[in-house]
Formats: sequence, structure tokens, C-alpha cells
Amino acid sequence: MPTAHLRVWRGDNDGEYVEYDVDYEEGMVVLDVVHRLQATQAGDLAVRWNCKAGKCGSCSAEINGKPQLQCMQRMEQYAGGETITIAPLKAFPLIRDLVTDVAWNYAKAKTIPTLKLTPPDADGNRRMAQIDMDRGQEFRKCIECFICQDVCHVIRDHPDNMDDFAGPRFFIRLAEIAMHPLDTNAKRDTVQHGFGLDYCNITKCCTDVCPEGIHITDNAIIPLKERRVDEFHDPLRALARKLTGKG
Amino acid sequence: MAEYETHEYDVLVIGAGGAGLRAGIEAAELGLRTAIVCKSLLGKAHTVMAEGGIAAALGNVYPEDNWQVHFRDTMRGGKMLNNWRMAQLHAQEAPDRVRELEEWGSLFDRTDDGRILQRDFGGHRFARLAHVGDRTGLEMIRTLQQKLVSLGVDVFAEYTVNRLLKDGDRVSGALGYRRQSGELVLFRAKSVVLATGGLGKIWSITSNSWEGTGDGHALAMYAGADMIDMECVQFHPTGMVWPPSVRGLLITEGVRGDGGTLRNNTGERFMFNYVPPMFAAETADTEAEADAWYENHEGNRRTPDLLPRDEVARAINSEVRAGRGSPHGGVYLDIASRRNADYIKRRLPSMYHQFMELAGVDITKESMEVGPTCHYAMGGVRVDAETGATNVPGLFAAGEVAGGMHGSNRLGGNSLSDLVVFGRRAGVGASEYAQSLEAMPAVDDAASSEAAARVLAPYDGSGRENAYTLHKDLQDLMQAKVGIIRTESDMLAAIEGIDELRERSQHVGVEGGREYNPGWHLALDLEHMLTVAETITRAALERKESRGGHTREDFPGTNAEFGKVNVVGRRAPDGTITVTQEPLPEMPAELQRLFEED
Repeated sequence: MPTAHLRVWRGDNDGEYVEYDVDYEEGMVVLDVVHRLQATQAGDLAVRWNCKAGKCGSCSAEINGKPQLQCMQRMEQYAGGETITIAPLKAFPLIRDLVTDVAWNYAKAKTIPTLKLTPPDADGNRRMAQIDMDRGQEFRKCIECFICQDVCHVIRDHPDNMDDFAGPRFFIRLAEIAMHPLDTNAKRDTVQHGFGLDYCNITKCCTDVCPEGIHITDNAIIPLKERRVDEFHDPLRALARKLTGKG
Repeated sequence: MAEYETHEYDVLVIGAGGAGLRAGIEAAELGLRTAIVCKSLLGKAHTVMAEGGIAAALGNVYPEDNWQVHFRDTMRGGKMLNNWRMAQLHAQEAPDRVRELEEWGSLFDRTDDGRILQRDFGGHRFARLAHVGDRTGLEMIRTLQQKLVSLGVDVFAEYTVNRLLKDGDRVSGALGYRRQSGELVLFRAKSVVLATGGLGKIWSITSNSWEGTGDGHALAMYAGADMIDMECVQFHPTGMVWPPSVRGLLITEGVRGDGGTLRNNTGERFMFNYVPPMFAAETADTEAEADAWYENHEGNRRTPDLLPRDEVARAINSEVRAGRGSPHGGVYLDIASRRNADYIKRRLPSMYHQFMELAGVDITKESMEVGPTCHYAMGGVRVDAETGATNVPGLFAAGEVAGGMHGSNRLGGNSLSDLVVFGRRAGVGASEYAQSLEAMPAVDDAASSEAAARVLAPYDGSGRENAYTLHKDLQDLMQAKVGIIRTESDMLAAIEGIDELRERSQHVGVEGGREYNPGWHLALDLEHMLTVAETITRAALERKESRGGHTREDFPGTNAEFGKVNVVGRRAPDGTITVTQEPLPEMPAELQRLFEED
């Protein structure tokens, strides 16, 4: 049975890295080893998890400095004897050990506009083409692991921006609403309000770390930015608005 | 009176999976002060793991589908042990609940003419499951979560309820603690909806997350609620078996719905050897007919790969026992040789990803190794079909924690629809009950103090037992003695084993402080798990027949007399658990006629 050498953050902001040796078995992922550590050496080790299959987005952590899901990192990828450092997400306030306070994300979720669809057809059904579903479905793969939020330098390096900035997770939500083929409510408000979209300078850090492989920058952020420019910063449209008094 | 952080609501919903969210939405829309308490972060509940789809007779793919056919499939799948009225309401209302999800933002896969697409699943006569690839549960929980948030419902995430509180006979609130701080919290409420999900974590091979510890089942029993059909536990036929770290992880039935087939180690499609008489008339008996059925349900009978889950799980178990299993103790699930890679990746993206990342297996090129995994509790709190009311005034239940809807075996896809149909109904029931009360019921100081002391007790123990070790010992015991195939001698041994574990659990120690301490949490979960494990085992001893998810080696067939009764479990205030047989509600004649052709 191989042995993993772990370096795990313990405690709150005044805590420290503690080293542990944990035996593990073939096929295990990092989260399995953390659970074994918890069951045998550190019963109070705080770590979030639910599905252990990359579907719930609970077990996000920074493994060797990279924000990842602990349940999707197989132990085979680490060279024998290598020390694996597991730290909590850095952009959010630390509660204890590997658990951070992600309440900011849930507060942002409350600000997102709701859909208001056109009425259904006479037979009670709504008709939408699969090709129009594909765009939104990509964004709705999001498991809310908040790794994209953690890695985004707009807030990671500048926490002051958190008030004005919704972050990549909510940009894909806004894009999903904007691209819904039957929505009548939110498109314009979404773009007008902005949600700090202008802070993003499309470095694609969020896309790089997304465990669901969502093309956050190309398919959501850039189209939203273009729409925003078209609708609110286009001088011809601005003139038209002024003349007609609309918008 | 001790001082706790105290909150007051009209309706308190415990659990934030599909049923809890839907109940909370309904109560909020009816104008009641509503809160949801959940053990994890919002949006992480086990509903997120549901893959294949939500069953509803929309008739979009097969116009001849209707609620009567869905009702009949559900009852037959449950081996007629279901509460007929729940099965009827479920079949009638599921289509409206699916359209409602779409209204609130769900993006289901589409038919060519733009309507909601439906896929084939086990035990459903027609393609009936609305779906989003193989991540339908995620779509549903996100939709409901977003709707709930838009209504401004208060959410208490990472709070754990340990006891319900009562004012005389009726429910008056709940006591629990906030995980981030370890502080005790008291909720006062006019009505409480239990929507706490399942109990699969009392077995070692399970598809359930850490949350599935039977809390709601146990809380209901402590409060005096009746439980039914607790012996009926679903072992899903296709869990992953390798590598060890993912053993039990679910593989959607959609693999078979989309053309996958089960094979043993000789390559034989063995399900043709396991067709029970009840389903023989509608099941293909040649591979050619089974394969043709995928393309055309008219004139071809369905593949035996899509028999109800209890039948398939038992068949796999038999093949492995007979030495025809795969290297890691499962059988093979093959879609690679039957569908092209593009189709597989489009229809089953999560399965492709899951096997590639976690097992190093490319399911477009190789077979999957699969075996049964503990998945779902058919049994649960006995409820009124119309309102979700339990026998405890003010206490309602919906979703997996409630019993009756699925009888002795649940069909795939009927869980997501159950959550929204009965989550909504429980929301209405709990709201109307709360509105009928003139004043907030009282909380008994002595009872809340006792509950508070119980929550803190693990810090006072002798500390010689480790909660994680005790949990593992319980899982191993239930897996060995009260698993898929059961006998009296094993289950009597399990009762003794549970008693020993309960004694050991008195000596559990906790290291560390009260802030976000999973060891403390597990120490508190043990009491619930032991209560539920004993109830299941006693109910399984009482039902001396095999039916659905309950298989007795010593009583291999169904017994018509047992087909007329629920096994009802109750816990006395002194902790004694008893089981009795009580008659099933009788189905009206016009519904019975639907089964006359059998």
C-alpha cells in the first residue's frame, strides 16, 4: 500500500500547514485520502464534500496551488514521495481547515434577474429547438464549485471589487438568461446593470480551471460584453435613443 | 430557559433537495413565512446526483402514453405495495410539474419539433423521462434553487436539526446546531416539512452522499410518527465496482435506456434468463426483438435489460454468485459495441467523463464493470397522499423520507417526479395547517434543554470509541447481514450487532472544538443511523416473503397475504422499536380494472 505525504492547512487564519502520512489504495482520489486522514488521524478535520463524483461542486480546494475538486484528482498523477499540499480556497474568508465561507456567492445569486417566458402554445407545450438549448445547457452544467470565482484576479487580488462584481459563475448565468429563446424579461436589464462585467479583461483564468469544461470567457463573457457595447455604447444607438426617447 | 439563537416561522422545511425546495417554494408563494434548513450548502443535496430523468406521461414521444399507463407501470414496478392514491396523484400531476420546471428555467433536451424529449427507462412502457443528457438532477435542483432564491425564502445552510420539538401532540419546532460556529439553534414553527432524503449511508456499498444518514426517518420516529415499508430498500443494479474509491457510485439506467446491454464474463446477455412471469408477456425473448424495440416499440417487446431495478439487481447478484462475474465482482455493461462514440458522448456525457476520469475507462471503447449499490429507501414516514401530513399534527413529509408512493420498488425516473409532485403538496398541506393555527405552538423548555444536552453529549463521553470506526462497522454489518439477499438468521445477528454498536456509541469521543467539526456531526448521526437500521431489520424480519427491494432467501416467492399489508414501524418513548402488519389502503374498482389484463 503506497503512502501519501500530505501537507494540509489546519485551523483558521492563524493556523498552519500540518504534515501527515496516509496509506492509500490504487484508484483513490485526493478526497479519499483526506477522508482516511479524517477517520484515522484528524477526526475534526473540516472538509466539505457530497457526491464524490464531480457533480456537486462541494470539495473545492487548492491542491499544490491549483484550485481543483478533490474528488476528481487521482493519486496516480502525483510522483511517488511527492508532498501534496492541500489548502482552502484563498479568495473567500476561511472558516477552518479546508472550509471557507462562500456566502458571497449566494448573496450574488439573489441579485440575478428571473426569467419570464412567453406563454405556452395552445396545447400547453413550449417549443424550442435543441440548437437553442445547447447554448444555455453548456452554462447549466455549472456545479457551483466556485473555483472560477476563487481564481478570478478581479476579486482574488482586489477583494474591494466584490461588492460590484458578480464573477464568472454569474456571468454564465446571465448569459444563459440572455440566450434563452423564450425569455421576455431580463435580457435588457441584465446587460444594462452590468454586474461588474467591465472589470473582466478576459484572461480566461476561469475557463482554464472549470472542472465542467465550460467555455466561460468565449461563450458567455465575450458575447455579454459585445451585447453591452452594442446596446449601450454604440453612438448611433445612443443617438437613436435620444431622438425617439426610447430605452 | 437556556438561551439559543431562535428563529420563528410559519413553515419550517428541513432538507433542500427537490422535495424541500418545492415545498418551500409553494409555502412562500402562498404567503407564509418560510425557512429551509439544510445540512450542506444550498444546491448540493443528493437530488443533484440524479441522472437519467424525470418520469411524466407528457406523451411527446409516444402520444398513446397517459397517466393511467404511468400509474399502472408504477404500481406493477412496486409489486402493488404502493399507496394507490399517491401513485395516481403522481402520474396525474407529474406532467404539470415538468412544464413548471421549464417555466422556471430548466432547459430539457428537445424532440425534433421542439417539445421536451423523453427517454426509455426500466419498467416504463413508453419513453417517458424528460431529461437533460445524464444530469437531470442538477438541472432540477438548480431550477428550484433559483426559483426559491427569487422568492426571498430564508435559507439556513449547514445547519443540522437533531430533534423535533412538540407542544403536546403537535409539532412546534426543531432544535439543531449551526455547523460553522457549533452554536445551538432553536426553530419555532407552526408546521414542519421533513424533506431529508434517504438513508443509504448505513450500507457500505452505496450511491448516497454523506448526507444520507436517515436523519429525517429517525426524527419522525422520535416524534412518534408511523413508518411504513422500511424493509424495502432499493439496490440499484448498476453502481461502479472499480476502482475501490468509487465503488457504489451510480451509473445511470439511461445507459440501458439508450441501448446498453448487460453481459456476463462469457459475453452472454444474461437478462433473457431472468424474466419473471409478471413481465414475460411484455418482454422480448430474443436479442433481435429486444434490439428492434429500441427503434420501434410497436410490434416489438421491450428488452429485459430494462426490467425494474429489483429484478436486474437480483439477476446480477445471481450471475456473480454463479462465477460468471467480472474481475472486480460485477458484470459488464456494454454500450461501446452497440452505439457510436458521438452518440454516447452526447447522450451520456457525465458517464463518459466519470469513467474516463475516475476509472481510466473509455466507455465508447470498453465495457463498464457494474454491480448493485444501495440507492434508495422506498419505505419512510406514513403520509396522507393529498397533503403529506403524518400522524403527528403539524408534521409533514415529502420525497424519499416519505413512504408509500413507490411500494416495494421504485421505477427509475419516478423519484424526481415524486419530489416535485409531493413536495408541492406537502407545501400546500403545511401552509394550510399553519394558517389554521391561531397562535405559535409552545416550545417545552425541558424538552428543548434535553435535546440541547443530547447534541453536546459527545463532548462529555469517555471518548474511547471513534465515530468513523463505528459508522464503518455499522455499514459492514448491514452490508453483510441485511443486504440484497436476506435470511432470518443473518438478520437476528444484525439486531444483536446493532445493540452492541448502540452500546459502543455511548462512548464516542470527539476531538477538537465545536466549529465545523465533522467528527462531532458523525457522532450525532450515529443515533439516527442505528435507529433506522434497527427499524429496517425488524421490518425485514416481519415480512416473510420476497417482494420488490426486499428479498428473503428463506421465503423466496411473493405471498398474497403479505401483499395486502404494510409493515408499520414505531418507536416508543423508551426507544423500543416495534413492527406490526396493517392493511394497505384499498384501491377503488375503476383503478383495479387497469390491472385486469394481467
